[in-house]
Amino acid sequence: MEIEFKAMLDDLDVLEKSLSNPAPIHKLRSHVENLAALSKCNPHRRSKVKELSSEVVDSNPYSRLMALQRMGIVENYERIREFSVAIVGIGGVGSVAAEMLTRCGIGRLLLYDYDTVELANMNRLFFRPDQVGMTKTDAAVQTLAEINPDVVLESFTMNITTVQGFETFTSSLKNKSFCPSKEGSGVDLVLSCVDNYEARMAVNQACNELCQTWMESGVSEDAVSGHIQLLVPGETACFACAPPLVVASGIDERTLKREGVCAASLPTTMGVVAGLLVQNSLKFLLNFGEVSPYLGYNSLKDFFPTMKMRPNPQCSNVACLERQKEYMLGEPARDAAAKAKMEADALTAVDDTPLHDDNEWNISVVDDENEKDTTKASSSSDTLPEGLTRELPVADDYEKEIAIGSGEAEEEDDLEDLKKQLEALNAA
Amino acid sequence: MEGWDPNTKSTLTRIPLLATKAGPRDGDAWKQRLKEEYKSLIAYTQMNKSNDNDWFRISASNPEGTRWTGKCWYVHNLLKYEFDLQFDIPITYPATAPELELPEIDGKTQKMYRGGKICLTVHFKPLWAKNCPRFGIAHALCLGLAPWLAAEIPILVDSGMIKHKDDAASSAES
Repeated sequence: MEIEFKAMLDDLDVLEKSLSNPAPIHKLRSHVENLAALSKCNPHRRSKVKELSSEVVDSNPYSRLMALQRMGIVENYERIREFSVAIVGIGGVGSVAAEMLTRCGIGRLLLYDYDTVELANMNRLFFRPDQVGMTKTDAAVQTLAEINPDVVLESFTMNITTVQGFETFTSSLKNKSFCPSKEGSGVDLVLSCVDNYEARMAVNQACNELCQTWMESGVSEDAVSGHIQLLVPGETACFACAPPLVVASGIDERTLKREGVCAASLPTTMGVVAGLLVQNSLKFLLNFGEVSPYLGYNSLKDFFPTMKMRPNPQCSNVACLERQKEYMLGEPARDAAAKAKMEADALTAVDDTPLHDDNEWNISVVDDENEKDTTKASSSSDTLPEGLTRELPVADDYEKEIAIGSGEAEEEDDLEDLKKQLEALNAA
Repeated sequence: MEGWDPNTKSTLTRIPLLATKAGPRDGDAWKQRLKEEYKSLIAYTQMNKSNDNDWFRISASNPEGTRWTGKCWYVHNLLKYEFDLQFDIPITYPATAPELELPEIDGKTQKMYRGGKICLTVHFKPLWAKNCPRFGIAHALCLGLAPWLAAEIPILVDSGMIKHKDDAASSAES
């Protein structure tokens, strides 16, 4: 490009000499010089930083984030560089969530999607028209790496609901090379930003098996409401325990239409849900505020319901039941730890400054025994409080029936035989 | 099952139900499930043939039985339209149904997700969910794919989106 501009200027020199009125040539020359200057200023790319600085200067990309510490919101913001977050589904919500976490300086992002960017995606944020045709993962990595080169980006272009995809998915979650000292899996949080029931069930399965905390997000097919939900295997309801939309609106989750067939979408609702999701993630990771177990968003009425969902003791997911059992077993230890912590807190509080110098009215705090009893009673899941009855029978008797009915006839069947029978039918 | 034609209903009642709730990651239980899948597919294919309503071929294309490929066809105005049929068994199977794909007509109809996955959301997914784990591949074909073909192929042919292979060949020659 530079050579071309130089040649052009040389030609202009020759022209200028041969002409009687050089004024238009002067004008032309100044245009060419401007263009040459413009072509030289490459897009500026910052280099990686060693550690986050809280210095308040315009050139520090983290000064506004580190100020959270000075304001007393976050105790140690720099910890964000140790965290890995996996985002499944890089669509309207996932891509924006990825950008938010990237701008926050998250340590590592794992991105999963198998779709490509289409012009029909342009009513949402993040992707640009010039990225049409690229895989969503490639396009996201391109943009995110430019925004913040400090973030380690790993992308996986695959469908996690297939056998092979699921294996790659779980092994990538288990990979601890980024932070070998971390307990549990290799990631701190999984964010599900997918648009269909099958993929949510696959994320649920993986997280239940790995005992991995995750957050689910969704936007309704009419684009005017959404939700986020925290799922801690064993402790809160898993996705198979109670699909959130059934709870929220009585709609059967499985009947939801996906984007591409007839669903609507808005950049606003998607942006709000992504914001809620990442805010909850930051609170969870950096340990500030209260992490919402469920947060709904109804944009027509600006209604934000919250609730907590306990796991379903009759959940159809085997891994979920195992996690529930483990959680129950850990209950005494957790209670003891909580009590010890409370006592320690009380002690230090007493040691530091006595709350009151005198106690003129002999006021003392008494343990609330009754309250303790009621919480104990409700924690055993099978007993219902007085006055309540189950609408449906406790278990599906059908499974037992089958166990009795089968057994004898099954032995003689051979898989290969059956295969051949079908092939014979296919050939006929 | 309201709204289904009596023919489909009576066919459905004669496809053997499955019993084992197992997915491709469940080892021996999956083998058992696979046997049941074969049995119900064999019964359904035989039934179709004896009723002169043969309309698909499907077989497992890997030893684990997690990927299936074949053909399906639909007769409209006395012409036979044939399509490749393929699908994977999802890891959450049978809690979630297989996503049936007709890759050749990907992008030709709105009733399809990317990659040629036919839209089963309204007419089939709720039924599948209610009948888990008793429904299998044969039921997905009978209640998912068959009505989809019956609804979509006439529209696609009449609107010119798909052409019969003889027409396509002759128009290419001329």
